[in-house]
Amino acid sequence: MSRYSRHISLQEIGREGQEKINASKVLVVGAGGLGCPVLQYLAAAGIGTIGVVDFDMVEESNLQRQILFGNTSLGRNKAAVAKEVLSNLNPTIAIHPYTEKLSPENVVSIFEAYDIIVDATDNFASRYLINDAAIVLNKPLVYGAIYKFEGQVTVFNHNNGPSYRCVFPNPPEKGTMPNCSEVGVLGVLPGIIGTLQANEVLKLVLDIGDTLSGKMYCFNALTNQSNTLRFHRNELEIEIVKARGKQFEVLDSSFFCSTDIPEIELKAIAEEDVLFIDVREYTEQPRISLENVIEIPLASLEENIESIPTHKKIIAFCKSGMRSKQAVSILKQHHILNCYSLKYGVNAFAKAELKTI
Amino acid sequence: MQIDIKYFGMLAEITGCDSEKVESEIQTVADLQKVLLDKYPDFKNKDFRIAQNQELVALETKLTGQEIAVLPPFAGG
Repeated sequence: MSRYSRHISLQEIGREGQEKINASKVLVVGAGGLGCPVLQYLAAAGIGTIGVVDFDMVEESNLQRQILFGNTSLGRNKAAVAKEVLSNLNPTIAIHPYTEKLSPENVVSIFEAYDIIVDATDNFASRYLINDAAIVLNKPLVYGAIYKFEGQVTVFNHNNGPSYRCVFPNPPEKGTMPNCSEVGVLGVLPGIIGTLQANEVLKLVLDIGDTLSGKMYCFNALTNQSNTLRFHRNELEIEIVKARGKQFEVLDSSFFCSTDIPEIELKAIAEEDVLFIDVREYTEQPRISLENVIEIPLASLEENIESIPTHKKIIAFCKSGMRSKQAVSILKQHHILNCYSLKYGVNAFAKAELKTI
Repeated sequence: MQIDIKYFGMLAEITGCDSEKVESEIQTVADLQKVLLDKYPDFKNKDFRIAQNQELVALETKLTGQEIAVLPPFAGG
């Protein structure tokens, strides 16, 4: 076990502690900015079984912070690439990639095989689903979240401790939820916060030190200030989740009902008479200058719904294909049924070598 | 009573500062929330919890501490 000699020589870990690490099973949901450092440190530490959930593909704009990936990973599934890279880092452990989106339908079967869950996702819908499943299945949950230069870390659902809903009982109102347009983030910030999450995982596995259960650690990379805010279990909120059991709340259909939102590839539609709706913000590049493209950012889609001609097949697109799914969901709610979300988003145009400005 | 208030994340973007001192005779955390919503109307569109002396507290809690933090949820990862 020379691989772990620097662990074993620590009195607090020793051979016994390292065996605990090797016997543990940890699931990391999200292999993005937070998930990459979490996965690297957990794999290096010798966590015996690591699960990675991520349906997304590696994009060039990920490489500034998602340090498991490189140029050769572009366009490939993040969980699959993570398995390859981590297997090289530590071939003595088992790594299970889950390349589908976490959903109320698959969350139980995925979570059941693990001792500890790590939330490294990037949206509220997933965060509430993960929290609720962790409560129902009684798994400790290591939470990390970031915004621009700031991060939050805590441990939920550990030894009858509080949960995410004890801090924020309900997700933000739909209209106030940040959309997935590129909010900037300092590349090193998820590295710091994800590494703190990996630290919490190891303390939970080893049962040493004090975890952040009941304490929200807040870090600001610009000021180097940190604040630790205590919080308590809210039995009422926990009971609501337990009463729902495995009938998990579906928070935003566009996050979970991807199979219900029809997607289409550009090559399948290039010959047809269609209307494209660019639902990105006006500032996002590159713009698509085709004649049959109209621009309506997602946030103002509903108020402009009357202006959309409905006699053509409608193809909504955004950067990656997430917001366009929400757009299709909105259009369908307004009885515009002949509409699709463009797979791979705006990049599809670049690949098809159509004119962009 | 002088209250020291810290703001995090998107709330600090709305206030334009990480922290500020507010002079007020308000009694409860709910009163403080109302003061903040009046001063910063954009807070109405944001979720946040208020901590007093490094502890998240319910709105009916009596305002005793001078150290307040206003915490929004972050989604990013």
